[in-house]
Amino acid sequence: MSDKKLFGFTAIFDTPDEIIHAAKSVAGKGYKKFDVNTPYPVHGMDDAMKLPPSKLGYASLVFGLSGTLAAVLLMFWMSAVDYQIVIGGKPFFSFPAYVPVIFEVTVLSAAIATVLTMLIVYFKFPNISHPLHETEYMKKVSLDKYGVCIQADDTLFNEEEVKLFLSEIGGKEIKPIYFDDEEISAVKTVFEPKFIGLLIAVALIVSGTVYFSLNKLMFMTPFNWMMSQEKGIVQEKNNFFADGFGMRKPVEGTISRGEFPYQYKGDPETAGRLLKNPLLPSEVNFNLGKAKFDIYCSPCHGYFGEGDSRLNGQFPNPPSLHSEKASNWSDGRIYHIITEGQNIMPSHARQLSREERWAVVLYIRALQRSLNAKESDLE
Amino acid sequence: MNSSVEYTKKQLPKKLSQVGIALLILGLVLSVAAYILEPVRSAFNNAIMLMFLSSIGVGSLFFVALEYLGGAVWSTPFRRISEFLAAVLLILPIVVLPLLFNLHDLFHWTHLDVVESDKILSGKSGYLNASFFIIRTVAFYAIWILFFVLITRNSYKQDLSGDQKLTAKNIKLSAIFMPLFAITVTFSAIDWLMSLEPHWFSTIFGVYYFSGTVLAGLAAVTFIVVVLNENGYLAKGIIKDHYYSLGALLFAFTNFWAYIAFSQFLLIWYANLPEETVWFLQRWEGSWIAVSLALLLIRFLIPYFGLLSQPSKMNPKRLKTISIVILFAHFLDLYWLIMPTYSRDGFVFGWIEIGFLILTVGLLITVFILRSKNTNMIAIGDPKLKRGLNFRM
Repeated sequence: MSDKKLFGFTAIFDTPDEIIHAAKSVAGKGYKKFDVNTPYPVHGMDDAMKLPPSKLGYASLVFGLSGTLAAVLLMFWMSAVDYQIVIGGKPFFSFPAYVPVIFEVTVLSAAIATVLTMLIVYFKFPNISHPLHETEYMKKVSLDKYGVCIQADDTLFNEEEVKLFLSEIGGKEIKPIYFDDEEISAVKTVFEPKFIGLLIAVALIVSGTVYFSLNKLMFMTPFNWMMSQEKGIVQEKNNFFADGFGMRKPVEGTISRGEFPYQYKGDPETAGRLLKNPLLPSEVNFNLGKAKFDIYCSPCHGYFGEGDSRLNGQFPNPPSLHSEKASNWSDGRIYHIITEGQNIMPSHARQLSREERWAVVLYIRALQRSLNAKESDLE
Repeated sequence: MNSSVEYTKKQLPKKLSQVGIALLILGLVLSVAAYILEPVRSAFNNAIMLMFLSSIGVGSLFFVALEYLGGAVWSTPFRRISEFLAAVLLILPIVVLPLLFNLHDLFHWTHLDVVESDKILSGKSGYLNASFFIIRTVAFYAIWILFFVLITRNSYKQDLSGDQKLTAKNIKLSAIFMPLFAITVTFSAIDWLMSLEPHWFSTIFGVYYFSGTVLAGLAAVTFIVVVLNENGYLAKGIIKDHYYSLGALLFAFTNFWAYIAFSQFLLIWYANLPEETVWFLQRWEGSWIAVSLALLLIRFLIPYFGLLSQPSKMNPKRLKTISIVILFAHFLDLYWLIMPTYSRDGFVFGWIEIGFLILTVGLLITVFILRSKNTNMIAIGDPKLKRGLNFRM
């Protein structure tokens, strides 16, 4: 027995009042390294043991505030700097939207940090054993008794004195507790290959399951039913109709809503004679025409209609819109070209509505006039 | 009877009741003058006073019922203070009386011609009409006063007899009161506060007012307990552990208020629907922005940082300051909820507002003194009292 290292002396008490009294006496005697073990938190124990206020709160504060800061930076970086998306017309940096995230991250980091600090700083994790574990004493104080343990590394510790003192204050079953040799020499269990292997296995299983369910399972019947619905899809085979096409032609002799059939197909001369620009040369219409011209016409004809776009030289050169021919064309003739196309130029009837085509005509007229301005224009 | 508890009844100083009466008279004069000179503005101030007093009253009664239901012992030594404060409920019918004659000034939806031409308001007229409104108000006050009388009567009886069955009776009463409390507080908030802007709605509004109500009740009881205990009016044994519990509750409900207030704001801000945002825009434009920011500061930031650390929750001086701040913040909150309907262009604060505030304080002090005159300041017959005094964290 004597070669074993002594951890401390324990004593058992029967009631919470006795243990409070005992804790007061032990603390009053000047012992610093002692602990009280009870089956449940006994009110007033902190005072009786003369414990200073716990410093754990500071860890919560520091890590909680770090969480706040990290969340602010995270949200700011993601939504205001790195990946700007307008959501609901809000500014990129819209603080109210961050508050829930900031709040949750603060609470989460404070809570996790508090538990980890307690484990690592106070309980010396990864050490998971204690000399009091697996003793008769621990069994009793986990059930219905209350106990005090005075540790041998206290400066005032003296075997005989402590024994006497514990029995004086009414302690029963005063016993020495020794360090367990096996415990001292044991490898820390968290570093055991078995445990490490378990961790790796859990990691593999969890990640595998997640990968399988998100990337494979969701694409198998019956989970993929949302993706293969019975409905007509354009440009796909459709057995519902006799000819097998998903797309249908309009019924003969009808036009769809908003559609207006072009009357002068393949007849530029008549179109040039009869069509008149219905739009007034207002600022709104010029702006519309400029916008559409810059999008659909400028890639070939250039921003000023001079045929000098960057495509010049790579294709048959697009003609200038300032040629005598083009200048003398009527509005209707130009409208016809935009609608039907000419030579290599395709029809733009799909891209531009009727109104937009007329607006482009207006703008082309303005461009032409800009090179042949009259004195009166300056007035 | 708890023979082991040291307590001798000490009357509150005469000076305090003189101050209370003086404030009451001054407030009455000012508010009557206000009603003569500016009846509409006075009606709005009267509504603030009504909601403030009902917060204190029903919030205190909630605290009493909560103690019975939870079997709490720590608050037993000063449960009587909450019971005294809840007596404010008895004067609510008087405070509400001038308003019932002035509903037309307060509520847009009482104008029948407007309601007729307004599709939304006529859709709501099944609920928002003057007669049903008055019926609800009367019913709510009747419920509160009924439970106040029943619960406190049992508590007073226990002082003499020490009969433990009375506690069991009160637990049953509290269990019935709690759900009724939730419903009545929600609907009185909808009636008196939300329907000021009858087009606007927020489903969390009842909870918002509830959080303020509990906070007001708690702040009032905290302030009074600390002051009375320091001057030896209560039983010996109320120490920092009790203070800490009160402080922690104040802190918790401050956070709760902020949580609810922000939840209400966030959804409306995010959805950005014109019929909802108009309420917040109203409080964000002109000089109202100052009141909104002050509310954020006084109602949340100051109490939050004032009570954040553990020692500050036990510090009597800090508790007194913060509970007064919270009480003022509750007044400010109600001002912020009610007054923008009256003055849309910017906030107004003058002698009328101060007059009604003085009247409110005077009423509170007077009611408290009248209630405490012939009754023990602590529930000496309560079987939980001794454990309550020995309460340690």
